Amino acid sequence: MSANLTTLNTLRTTQIVDLKTETDTVKTFTVKDNLCSKAQPGQFLMLWIPGIDEIPLSIQNAGDGEASVTVKAVGDATRHLHEMKTGQTVGIRGPFGTYFTESRGRVLMVGGGTGTAPLLFLAKKLAAKADRLSFVIGAKTKNDLLFLKDLDAVCTEESVHATTEDGSYGLKCLATEPLEKLFDKEKFNIIYTCGPEQMIRKVFDLAEKRKIAMEASLERLMRCGIGLCGSCVIGKYRVCRDGPVFNLAQLSHVKDELGISKLGFDGSVIPI
Amino acid sequence: MNNNLLNVIIAGLKLTTPTALASGILGYSAESMQAVAESGAGAVVTKSVGVTPRMGYANPTVVQAKTGLINAVGMANPGINEYIKEISYAKTILQVPLIVSVYGYSAEEYALVSKKAAEAGADAVELNVSCPHVKYTGSEIGQNPKLLRDVICKVKAEVRKPVIVKLSPNVTDIVEIADGAAKAGADALTVINTVRAMAIDAETTLPVLSNIRGGLSGPAIKPIALRCVYDIAECVKTPILGCGGISDWRDAVEFLLAGASAVQIGTAIATEKPSLFQDINRGVTAYVKRKGFRSVNEIVGKSHHA
Repeated sequence: MSANLTTLNTLRTTQIVDLKTETDTVKTFTVKDNLCSKAQPGQFLMLWIPGIDEIPLSIQNAGDGEASVTVKAVGDATRHLHEMKTGQTVGIRGPFGTYFTESRGRVLMVGGGTGTAPLLFLAKKLAAKADRLSFVIGAKTKNDLLFLKDLDAVCTEESVHATTEDGSYGLKCLATEPLEKLFDKEKFNIIYTCGPEQMIRKVFDLAEKRKIAMEASLERLMRCGIGLCGSCVIGKYRVCRDGPVFNLAQLSHVKDELGISKLGFDGSVIPI
Repeated sequence: MNNNLLNVIIAGLKLTTPTALASGILGYSAESMQAVAESGAGAVVTKSVGVTPRMGYANPTVVQAKTGLINAVGMANPGINEYIKEISYAKTILQVPLIVSVYGYSAEEYALVSKKAAEAGADAVELNVSCPHVKYTGSEIGQNPKLLRDVICKVKAEVRKPVIVKLSPNVTDIVEIADGAAKAGADALTVINTVRAMAIDAETTLPVLSNIRGGLSGPAIKPIALRCVYDIAECVKTPILGCGGISDWRDAVEFLLAGASAVQIGTAIATEKPSLFQDINRGVTAYVKRKGFRSVNEIVGKSHHA
């Protein structure tokens, strides 16, 4: 058995060492874990909420023996997690999966909802390397816009464009709306994106049309996290193992499913 | 792999390589099974399918042990009426035999699902009478010789395609069960399913799997599986698909020597390289040639006459 995978996949119980409330429904949890503290932007971990569930979460920050995840309370598991306090015990496996390449040049990031979390991690790493770092961030309403201040601090000046569906902050539109204009105005070497899959699909269609390199982090229902159970497949790919970060060429193989359908817990095809 | 030396025929199924994808691994979608077939698998076995959909258990469903994995996914599946679409699609893209794994809560259910799977195009069915973590099916059927016999007879009466029976090691005497399955008409036996196991987390004092009990797979169970194949091959004439912890060509060769006509591979798909099937096929080919044989069939059961 590959020693590396066995090590990463072995469950470690550890403590929540820090907890930050980001919005009414989103919190960032930091746990002590040496392996996940070495994670790359785009990778995920499996978080066990003892006695409740175990869920995949994108890593929002890593280093100094710790790793952070940003979690929206949406279901049973995440609601239980939101009730947990600093010092309480959780289980960790990972980090797993592919990660974003760290491209120099002119970079655009498109983040929707909690999909902004892994992009913030990447943006921090790219801040010093990229020639230009622009960010389009989208959310339903002003209070849901995540990490605006952090992004302003790491992105190129006046290059963070916020959109809200209700117009309570920034432009009143979806995050994909300003992209065409942005592409007309500026040349980008690469687009990094994470968020709702319909948003990713639109970014993909635009990137394909304009022949711009792109990487997207996808989300699927996951069980094992190591490429065995088949719960998270999209086309011929396993999101947990061949992804979660896919490039334009890979995404073009899964056009029939990207932003359209996924597998449910019973393995049946359900619309996204 | 175009290599006649590796061709095997088992229960009438023609396999171009003696390495098949085991049930439970990546077996929902036709495209992921096709990816495994392209990487060198000689046949693929789907996830187990029943009459009605099952959501499976809450996570954790897979836990790492020191030399294997313990799983209790809970036979999540969309039900045969939905799954026949995937079977039909798989048949249009797969170049290797498609074996549909079937479970039921009664002999009638096994027969019904098998019939629908065969009608949709399955080249064979594999009866899951050995899953150790779902009540009233799986190993609860495979551990009961009378029930097992009834299940096999009813399936055989409905299906003209080969019927493979996957056996549980969680029994007092697996040879007795294998002999019963053979006499009931099984065309081949898959030996073995996972070994009943569990994991406990010391810090929280909790069992880790949401279902508490699951099945152990991977290198930890290989010697157990090998012994089961050897024992069965000694007494039963029905062809065997060896399964349990195979992760390199040497493991595969050992199962063939013990009496398996082909092998199935599961857990190693996560732990080894994507070229796993190809690597094993190459290794087996090199071994067969080095030992002076013309076909992999000539090494089947060789350890019994050593």
